[in-house]
Amino acid sequence: MHYFISPVLWQFLVNWLTHFALFPPEASSIAPYADALYFFLILISLVGLVIVAALVFGFSILYRKERNPEATQIEGSTLLEATWTIIPLALFMVCFVWGALLYFRIYNPPTNAMNIYIVGKQWMWKAEHPGGQHEINALHVPIGRPVQLTMISQDVFHSFSIPAFRVKREVIPGRYTTVWFEATQPGTYHLFCTQYCGTLHSQMIGEVTAMKPEDYEAWTAGSTSGMSLAQNGERLFASLGCNSCHSGNAGARGPNLAEVYGSRVPLANGSYAFVDDAFLRDSILNPTLHTTSGFAPIMPTYQGQISEEGLIDLVEYIKALHSNFRIQQTLNTSEVQAPNLGQNGLKAEPTYTNLHSLQVQKSVQTQKQGTGAQPGVVKQ
Amino acid sequence: MSTIVSLPDQSTATLPKRSYLNSEYGLKSWLLTGDHKRIAILYLISITFFFFIGGAMAGLIRLELLTPQTDLMAADTYNKLFTMHGIIMIFLFLVPSVPATIGNFLIPIMVGAKDLAFPKINLLSWYLYIVGGTLTLAALILGGVDTGWTFTTPLSTHYLNTHVITAGMAIFVAGFSSIFTGLNFIVTIHRMRAPGMTWFRLPLFVWSHYAASILMVLGTPVLAIALVLVILERTIGIGVFDPTKGGDPLLFQHLFWFYSHPAVYIMILPGMGVISEVISTFSRKRVFGYTAVAFSSVAIAVFGFFVWAHHMFIMGVSNYSALVFSLLTMLVAVPSAIKIFNWSATLYKGSITFETPMLYAFGFIGLFTIGGLTGVFLGSLGMDIHLTETYFIVAHFHFVMVGGMLMAFLAGVHFWWPKMTGRMYPEGLSKLAALVTFIGFNLTFFPQFIVGYLGMPRRYAAYPPEFQVLNVLSTAGASVLGIGYLLPMLYLTWSLKYGKIAGPNPWQATGLEWQIQSPPLTENFVETPVVDYEAYDYDWLANKTKNEVTTVG
Repeated sequence: MHYFISPVLWQFLVNWLTHFALFPPEASSIAPYADALYFFLILISLVGLVIVAALVFGFSILYRKERNPEATQIEGSTLLEATWTIIPLALFMVCFVWGALLYFRIYNPPTNAMNIYIVGKQWMWKAEHPGGQHEINALHVPIGRPVQLTMISQDVFHSFSIPAFRVKREVIPGRYTTVWFEATQPGTYHLFCTQYCGTLHSQMIGEVTAMKPEDYEAWTAGSTSGMSLAQNGERLFASLGCNSCHSGNAGARGPNLAEVYGSRVPLANGSYAFVDDAFLRDSILNPTLHTTSGFAPIMPTYQGQISEEGLIDLVEYIKALHSNFRIQQTLNTSEVQAPNLGQNGLKAEPTYTNLHSLQVQKSVQTQKQGTGAQPGVVKQ
Repeated sequence: MSTIVSLPDQSTATLPKRSYLNSEYGLKSWLLTGDHKRIAILYLISITFFFFIGGAMAGLIRLELLTPQTDLMAADTYNKLFTMHGIIMIFLFLVPSVPATIGNFLIPIMVGAKDLAFPKINLLSWYLYIVGGTLTLAALILGGVDTGWTFTTPLSTHYLNTHVITAGMAIFVAGFSSIFTGLNFIVTIHRMRAPGMTWFRLPLFVWSHYAASILMVLGTPVLAIALVLVILERTIGIGVFDPTKGGDPLLFQHLFWFYSHPAVYIMILPGMGVISEVISTFSRKRVFGYTAVAFSSVAIAVFGFFVWAHHMFIMGVSNYSALVFSLLTMLVAVPSAIKIFNWSATLYKGSITFETPMLYAFGFIGLFTIGGLTGVFLGSLGMDIHLTETYFIVAHFHFVMVGGMLMAFLAGVHFWWPKMTGRMYPEGLSKLAALVTFIGFNLTFFPQFIVGYLGMPRRYAAYPPEFQVLNVLSTAGASVLGIGYLLPMLYLTWSLKYGKIAGPNPWQATGLEWQIQSPPLTENFVETPVVDYEAYDYDWLANKTKNEVTTVG
């Protein structure tokens, strides 16, 4: 064959026909379960298709006009009809139960999952690791450890899909959605945005790298930005003035936030709310929506003033907040400094809007020097 | 009971002197007609026009996907193409395809009436369709629209600068055309049946149109509301779908799919009606389990309204509502399975011949079975997570709507073409077209199941290189499919002048429409028919043929 066509073309064809995919890699703990259901569904489809084909072709041959010139009129058969109602129904019910079990497995994360935040925007994926590692259109995860993704979009609907892990979840503006997986095979896999999101939808792709735990540790250490999300959050908490009300003091105007995450708080309308990521985010952006019992609805909205990354930092910070000691320290320091600081003081710092966390580092470090290490020194 | 039906001698047939085609002449007589048959022909011409525009876009899409890179066109152009392909094919072709053409032509004749209940509303419905079509073309010519046919918010309301409002208006107007058609059918079927034509003597074609009409009348207004809200959001920013104003972007999808899922049944039910007629006629047997088939149409219509959220399983709806919608989705699959088995059983002990409409109907059964079963994959919650928004879904709904509905439409056009025009088409060529369509269709869409399970997302202008081989197969299939669709267009046009004269009942079918001349008179019947026999009563037909003096022409 290759004597007749150009060797270059021949090579191309061979390469093309031998390097194409037919089945996605099974790289997560859920993938074998998804594939098992898939093969079961294929099996019942094949059986159904073979039965229908056998009936149609069989009858067409047996009762074609040449062979059977006289049609025999038959009204129907309740028994037969009941049979082919109940058997498909039973099979579909099996598919339903099996599918539902898989669905709950994929969408209910185990409690020990490590959390990574994903922010989708036209047209890129931003991943924020708790340790402060930031990635764009890439995601590094360890194998053998459940990973939960908490995702939000800052503009339109996106959808976070990793075919090799058989997981996917819509990424919605204004709402956290979650998905989890446990990678099993080290390797690099496709990451797609599967919800149409505008012009460069097909460029909103990336790579998921599943690594052995030790490689992951090395990667984490090597790509840290120096500040964890919670540390960024602490800095934001101070610069936005959250600490002046949420100080944890007895007479404070806002509720105490230490240990609030994961608890049930009483609301002004008499109901209770479970404090999760979504509740914290809502309370920052739309505070009057759920006013905590015993507090006046005086908190202003921060809608449009904090980026999604900033919100994630704050949520991470409040999640990890176990005591109000540092809040109060920061507060005292800034009160002492306030008369001297004037325009350059902490309270007068420009409003934090849409700053990328990486940009924030420097100012945060200078601030830490100003507040923590040398409390009395006025920095210029 | 047994039936021998021999086909009439067509060589002696002549065209009738008077028919709806030559009762009046001139463009005005067509554009101002109240005759349901003429309106059906107007619809047939217009939807064929839009089908080929939408088809050309599909061709361009497949051509772009021949290579992994975005090289034939810019990503924006690609997005506009698949949006327009979807809008045109769904709202301007599939929704009106069988009901507004074949249904419009046949429903009054099948129930024994002179016309639909509201002839002028019927004409208005065609004009609304044309306005909708013109607005769609305007949106296309002015620069296109790239929302996808689903108009997902907030993309469509806040992030795009294309002609969303024009396209939204187009669908809004075309929607009313569909509501009027449905309304007309419901009233006609209820009020205008001939003496003796009881509900259970109606052909199954009428039953399935009745079910589809209910969906049209109840579902389409919700789509209209959703689109008006999108337009208002864009123009005055009312914020119903805007989270920053307390709105909910998911609400749009609830509203949209509340119509657009039943719309799938609006598209497929009339096609199922066609298949019932064709299978019965060419096996010379009453449809197996008439009542079951009739009620399965109604069951599909009822259940069809309660499954819309299965388009949103991964969108953060509550896990428990996902459970309910998955369960209902499984239930709605059952009536379709019943129909498939009943059609297969109809063949049993029949006297089967394989004319073109029958070949298309067989194609329908095969492709619709695959389409329906892959629907179970998607209805199964955990599987849906991996499959949704990939090419698997693209393949699934093309199997249902193109493999199912378009095959049924072509079966219907070939079946009733002699009735509509009074002429036959070249049989050999049309069988070839049916075969080419079937092969081309499978080659186009089957690889998409595989590439979908690999995870290739839909609406991608570029894709990873390892998906190329399957995409090349798909594109190759699309070119075969294109030929399969062009052929009928050519030979059917040719047959208008050169086709053999058909005579009133070339297939020896039992429906009322086959007992009158081809093409029919404007008033359909010379005298009001009195129906004293069941549907698909081939013994009655055999006796009638035996006893009556043959007056062909």
